[in-house]
Amino acid sequence: MTRYVMIADLNRCVGCQTCTAACKHTNATPPGVQWRKVLDLEWGEYPDVERLFVPVGCQHCSDPPCMHVCPSTATGQRDDGIVTIDYDLCIGCSYCTVACPYQARYKVDKPRFAYGDTPMESEEIRFDERTMGVAQKCTFCSDRVDAGLEKGLTPGVDPDATPGCVNACIADALSFGDIEDEESNVSELLAENTWFQMHAELGTEPGFFYLWDKELPEELQEKMQGE
Amino acid sequence: MNRFGSKLQTHWDWRAAGNFMFGGTGCGLILMSAAASYPNSLPLALGLQALAFIGLGLFLVWLEIGRPWRALHVFFHPQTSWMTREGSVGTILMPLALAGLFMDIPGLVALSGILGLLYLFCQGRILLASKGIPSWREPAVVPLILSTGLSEGSGLLILTLYAIGMAPIQGWVFFSFIAFLAFRTYSWTTYLGKLNGSKAPKKTLSILNGINPLMLWGANVAPIALLLTSMFISTYTGLLSCLAAALAVAGGWYMKFTIVARASQVQGYSLGKLQKGRPKMKAPVRRKPDSFVFDQKYEKENA
Repeated sequence: MTRYVMIADLNRCVGCQTCTAACKHTNATPPGVQWRKVLDLEWGEYPDVERLFVPVGCQHCSDPPCMHVCPSTATGQRDDGIVTIDYDLCIGCSYCTVACPYQARYKVDKPRFAYGDTPMESEEIRFDERTMGVAQKCTFCSDRVDAGLEKGLTPGVDPDATPGCVNACIADALSFGDIEDEESNVSELLAENTWFQMHAELGTEPGFFYLWDKELPEELQEKMQGE
Repeated sequence: MNRFGSKLQTHWDWRAAGNFMFGGTGCGLILMSAAASYPNSLPLALGLQALAFIGLGLFLVWLEIGRPWRALHVFFHPQTSWMTREGSVGTILMPLALAGLFMDIPGLVALSGILGLLYLFCQGRILLASKGIPSWREPAVVPLILSTGLSEGSGLLILTLYAIGMAPIQGWVFFSFIAFLAFRTYSWTTYLGKLNGSKAPKKTLSILNGINPLMLWGANVAPIALLLTSMFISTYTGLLSCLAAALAVAGGWYMKFTIVARASQVQGYSLGKLQKGRPKMKAPVRRKPDSFVFDQKYEKENA
């Protein structure tokens, strides 16, 4: 079986948001919608200040709460673990959005463009009416993955079969691949490094791993505690 | 565990809160009215009022959804979605109650009352399944939703009976109202205590702790005291019990509005516990039907 996962190496991420921009470019998401975004954390006092950048988005959980709560079956899950949304089934009730522990879902009710009501040419061409009033989120660029597989390419290795954000990362911080393949890039990265999954205690089993090698300083832990 | 980036969810606003407020009250009312009238006919005004409340709640939700003309898709996922289950129960409840009312069949009204209780349970489970919102996923929210719906229903029953001149009311209605209020007091304090002991966002705790005195004393203890007093001062029974009922209903609505629309901060993000070695991932669950009983994972995690 194939199980696609993504890895963000927090030791490498420089917070440039190129993945964010690449995602918007690849998926034509409207202003305010970021299927991929990078959180910017800062702690300490000058001159001992540290920053940490954490890419977030849909974690393509093995046990996704969004899918269980969805009343219309619009949210589904492929055999390879990618969590999907059928825009033609979704009623836009936002139940999935409140069920997602990762704030990964968005709903846009009316067309939004970068410069007011008039879309740019590219926005006009790529506007998809089906996404209005329904839930939307990161797809792990499943269309690119599928198109690449049809051509015999390997997702995570060949750019044409790999999510846009991973291709765009300037620091090689993002990786994508099949965790069921012991020799894949992602399997090797996880075998050789320490890592964590976000909100693993909720039992969602996210398909998104973070490579990281430090515990947070106490000062930051206290600040973050139940913010 | 360290969390950051918590903020108020805005996807479910007053319209969603309205479903919990009015739907819950309507369900409590249909159950209590059916119980109070059985085996005789339920007064039309009471039955229609209960259904109007449930209908108003559903209408408010309908206003909130992004694709209202696809509303029937809500019935597609009974295997695991408590929203589908709530909608399905509501769809059976309404015609059943209408048939019972207009064809004068108390058995059907009683059955719709039981469905009202089930509807309330679905509402509690809808909140519980929302893993992104700490104040909703707390298991103690289920008895809270049940107890407040029953309290509101009992209160509204008493208010309506006085309004339509059907007093005096059977004694057991007062006693069950007091029992439901006591149940709500217990559920509320348990819910708040568990949340305070959890890692819920500070803003959530501050809002809920802020309404605690009003909820505890104004919406629960005061109505109980008024009802008990009314039993000894028969001259003012009507006035005191109506006041108690109004406080119970208003308090329940205020609490549900607060939980759904104001104290619904998302948990934010976190950095997890470091691990080493290639993980063995669970296979995607796909669409395995869930169990109707409480998820043990939730209980463990909230213990």
